[in-house]
Amino acid sequence: MNTRTALARLTDVATQQGVPFVRRLVEGARRAAEELELRLLGPDFESRARVLFERDGGSDPFGFDARTARQAAAVSAFFHRMYFRTEVYDVDRVPAGRVLLVANHSGQIPIDAAIIGCALFFDANPPRVVRAMVEKWVATLPFVSTFFSRVGQVVGVPENARRLLEMGELVLAFPEGVRGVAKPFMKRYQLEEFGHGFMRLAMESQTPIVPVAVIGAEEQYLSFGNVKWAARALGIPVFPLVPQLLVPGGALPLPTKYRLFFGEPMRFEGDANDDARVADNAYVVREAVAHLLRRGLLQRKSVFF
Amino acid sequence: LNQASAEELGTGEGAVVVTGSCGRLGKRLVRRLHRVREVIGIDRKPFVDRPSDVVHHELDARSKKVREVFKNGVGALVHLGVMHLPRGDFAEHHARNVIVLKTLLEHVVEFRVKKVVLLSSANVYGPRPDNPQFLTEEAPLLGAGPFGEIRDLVELDMVCQSFFWKEPAVETVILRPANILGTVKNAPSNYLRLPMVPTLLGFDPMVQAVHQDDVVTALLRALTPGLRGIYNLAGPPPVALSRALSLLGRRTVPVPHAIARLGIDRLFRLGVSSFPAPELDFIRYVCMVDDSRARSELAYSPAHDIESTLHAVDEERWVGSAV
Repeated sequence: MNTRTALARLTDVATQQGVPFVRRLVEGARRAAEELELRLLGPDFESRARVLFERDGGSDPFGFDARTARQAAAVSAFFHRMYFRTEVYDVDRVPAGRVLLVANHSGQIPIDAAIIGCALFFDANPPRVVRAMVEKWVATLPFVSTFFSRVGQVVGVPENARRLLEMGELVLAFPEGVRGVAKPFMKRYQLEEFGHGFMRLAMESQTPIVPVAVIGAEEQYLSFGNVKWAARALGIPVFPLVPQLLVPGGALPLPTKYRLFFGEPMRFEGDANDDARVADNAYVVREAVAHLLRRGLLQRKSVFF
Repeated sequence: LNQASAEELGTGEGAVVVTGSCGRLGKRLVRRLHRVREVIGIDRKPFVDRPSDVVHHELDARSKKVREVFKNGVGALVHLGVMHLPRGDFAEHHARNVIVLKTLLEHVVEFRVKKVVLLSSANVYGPRPDNPQFLTEEAPLLGAGPFGEIRDLVELDMVCQSFFWKEPAVETVILRPANILGTVKNAPSNYLRLPMVPTLLGFDPMVQAVHQDDVVTALLRALTPGLRGIYNLAGPPPVALSRALSLLGRRTVPVPHAIARLGIDRLFRLGVSSFPAPELDFIRYVCMVDDSRARSELAYSPAHDIESTLHAVDEERWVGSAV
């Protein structure tokens, strides 16, 4: 019975060599996945993620949801650690309790906020959740608005910031606003005028301000300007001209290297209704961010490495 | 001043005139109030299962006879008789609601009534993308924009506010509760009672709800002598709309906003649905209130948690003496 022996030999091969081979393959793939996960999320991801679950017991009035935040952290870890290979300097300068982070804003889409969030979640000890103040227009977008509120982002009105600071949260503000995000490539690392709202809040609640410089975001999308009439026609805040979007795969930002510089905490006192004083103080913070930017740019050898 | 215990809530001198006393909320208020105080109800409908010590006048609030009711000495007025008919003639509807309130306030001044309580709504602030998460009483009343019926409510609220300043001798209280849930027939309760609840695809705002009985308690607290002001009422801590619907065990149908808007508008015109299209913004943007003032000054705190508040919409609606 030739066929039978042939079949028997086939089963022999399958059980003695095939199965171990497949098992090795699966084992190898699993080990690689674990290694990747370890490299991405770090050895202490679970303990860090516990902070998300412990912080409010599921009753955050702004709609923060620990489960969604955990998933979002795992996904953005890829961008933080592998894609942009963020280098974080002096994150331990962020004091405990309520703090206002003030950063330069850039990059056409607010990836800088996500990376700052990652830095404080993955690189700070203990990990903290950043509550960024988001442009109001975002609240009109389906999915985005819901996702943002689930991961702790908040519509950028002073009342919300005040409430978050009262709750002892870490609030991130971009006083340049949309003007900053929409900056064309020619104006990279030149700060726009700062709004004064953040300073009024910091003065009335005596919140320390930590200036933050984000380097790398300004080159991720090369914008050649803002088409104002198109933005107005579409009802969106800006319509940047980004030619790379026409290239296949160009929707992804360029893999520039991100560098985050945290400054010394700054404390401001005085009457928050004194507009001249507020403006002066806001200027001081703007200079602090500009200084961090200059220092970072001098230090950097390449945009991509 | 406001430390009244549960038994003596609503006590004070003189009878209380309750307009809209045969509404679902009105009945609940009357049933609790008549135990501590003389109650006079005014409503167009007959009060079928009225407690025997409640005087009921089957009157249209515009009628001249309403003045007679005030003649015999009245201690307080609780105005619940605001007409909400999304399909009515808008101009007539508006004139009616505003004129009724203004006339009632004239009677209040003429007969030196000590207290006026208006049940307004947190909806007067309006759901907007740039709303702060929690609106305080000082926030502008922007709800009027796209909503016909809320425009009425905003004007009533404003009439009452100017009355508050004009007549310091009268203790005027305006209550602005978040979505009142229960056996009441209002848009949020009706929405939650739908067998299949449409939601907007990609939108899931945080929402607040107040149990109808907590609103009644707040109305009683508002009758405390010496108290005047504007108070938001928020109920238990807010939840995401999706969470509220899953707590209720409802099936949901997410619909893209543009389609929902067209569809609801069509249905409303055809008379199939009673939800006007602009009301979609209530399930799209936040419209929540900060009620810390009511909690400190009115000593208000909701007795019902979020689950029992939500489940109140499923309670038996047709038993008259449910209280």
